Amino acid sequence: MAEYSLSKRKKLATKRAMTFLESIYLPAIVGGMWITIKHLFKRPTTIQYPEQKREMAPVYRGQHVLKRDEAGAERCTACGLCALACPAEAITMVAAERKKEEKALYREEKYAATYEINMLRCIFCGLCEEACPKEAIFLTDRIVDAEYARKDFIYGKDILVEPINERVDIGVRQTKDVKEFKTHADQKHNILGK
Amino acid sequence: MDFIIEKSVLIVSVFGITLVMAMYSTWLERKFAAFLQDRLGPNRAGIFGLLQPFADAGKMFFKEEFIPNHSEKFLFIAGPGIAMFTACMTSAVIPWGPDFEAFGRTISLQISDINIGILYIMGFLSLGVYGIMIGGWASNNKYSLFSAIRASSQMISYELAMGIIIITIVMMTGSLSLRNIVQEQSGALYNITALKGLNWNIFYQPLAFIIFMTCALAECNRAPFDLAECETELIGGYHTEYSSMKLGFYLFAEYINMFISSTVIATIFFGGYNFPGMQLIENSALLTVMCVAVLFLKIIFFIMLFMWIRWTLPRFRYDQLMHLGWKSLIPLAIINMLITGAVILAT
Repeated sequence: MAEYSLSKRKKLATKRAMTFLESIYLPAIVGGMWITIKHLFKRPTTIQYPEQKREMAPVYRGQHVLKRDEAGAERCTACGLCALACPAEAITMVAAERKKEEKALYREEKYAATYEINMLRCIFCGLCEEACPKEAIFLTDRIVDAEYARKDFIYGKDILVEPINERVDIGVRQTKDVKEFKTHADQKHNILGK
Repeated sequence: MDFIIEKSVLIVSVFGITLVMAMYSTWLERKFAAFLQDRLGPNRAGIFGLLQPFADAGKMFFKEEFIPNHSEKFLFIAGPGIAMFTACMTSAVIPWGPDFEAFGRTISLQISDINIGILYIMGFLSLGVYGIMIGGWASNNKYSLFSAIRASSQMISYELAMGIIIITIVMMTGSLSLRNIVQEQSGALYNITALKGLNWNIFYQPLAFIIFMTCALAECNRAPFDLAECETELIGGYHTEYSSMKLGFYLFAEYINMFISSTVIATIFFGGYNFPGMQLIENSALLTVMCVAVLFLKIIFFIMLFMWIRWTLPRFRYDQLMHLGWKSLIPLAIINMLITGAVILAT
């Protein structure tokens, strides 16, 4: 057992007495100082945050967005599947019926009057996005801001729904697999105009 | 009158330089630590973070001053004052450079050439522990008290070895005056003319240097001997209860001590302001400037060595510290002294 080491770096710790060279510490100290001084000539790994940003993985899951369709109507129909799928129980919503004059605002007859995600509960797993049959909720590559109070972390529709003139690009996270998946026959209802 | 003006200018400038060196040691410490750890260190306040010490000092001044109710008020305030005072006093006997002629008189770059200079330094270095001891005791806090006890026992253990090393150096030089010790080192190493100005004590007493360096680390309460202020066990030790500029004084005194220790090491082991080739420079003003610059280069090197050691070695355990001090360093220092004595007797 003792010789078995997958990484070949395993060292056995023993309580044997130190040899003379070890007991005067100096060679070990010089060796340690050699290790630290070598780092003086390495490139710092610091990323100077506000100016420099770390490159994000293509599948990074950040702050959610509630999408609008091309005409600007909200896609969410308050079906509640995202809330059901959410393992952290972070999502709540109240559904309402669309009135005739609101046709331009909401895509279907039912819509979410309130829609709240508690960002402190959210674990950014992306299951809401997966559950959504209407392509309404997506996780983006945006980072959730810091707040001063806990209540400010409950994001309502004012933050979640994308502004009509500044659409949030979700293309970053649409990988090849996702695009391929959307061509499946049973997913056709998602595509606008059908 | 001229004498008073000359000395006043010297005292004020040495005091100012000491403070500036201590201030920028904090900057250097953070920067150097950062580079050793593949980071960047402070770089927002001014170019390369050079204004960081001012920002820190400003922060310290404007922090709330808090004196715990259960503390011994007078001693609590006196503690940091003593630490700062003893730290600043030590620089008085250091010869910063050779004499030079200006304004029709010989100006000495040493505040006072007292004939027991090295004893004076030892005395004030050991008084430095009173700041820690008094502050730690007056805080009326168990952590602080532990720290005070550790600091004083550490000081006693390491001062002995340090004293014996200094006796060795004094035996070689035949003088307790720092000026004489420095001048002694301006000769030719092993009587080789090409090595003139390199007659440094380190080449005769390498073991003494290692012991002295170790003791200096312990005297300054620097890692790996920073038992008095270890954050993990004693939550800051003697400065647990301190805040605002009183805390600042303690931290500052530590850096001044580091500067002074580096100066003493450079002076008694590395030839002070002597450097090879100094006899070739005819102009006395230029020589003085170069000597002071060389001395400061040596000092900065030792300050960086202190930092380098700090960011390499983990802290010693208390019993290891005592073991090293009493069972290793003191016997080694005594043996070293006996050998030196025998060699002096034989030659």
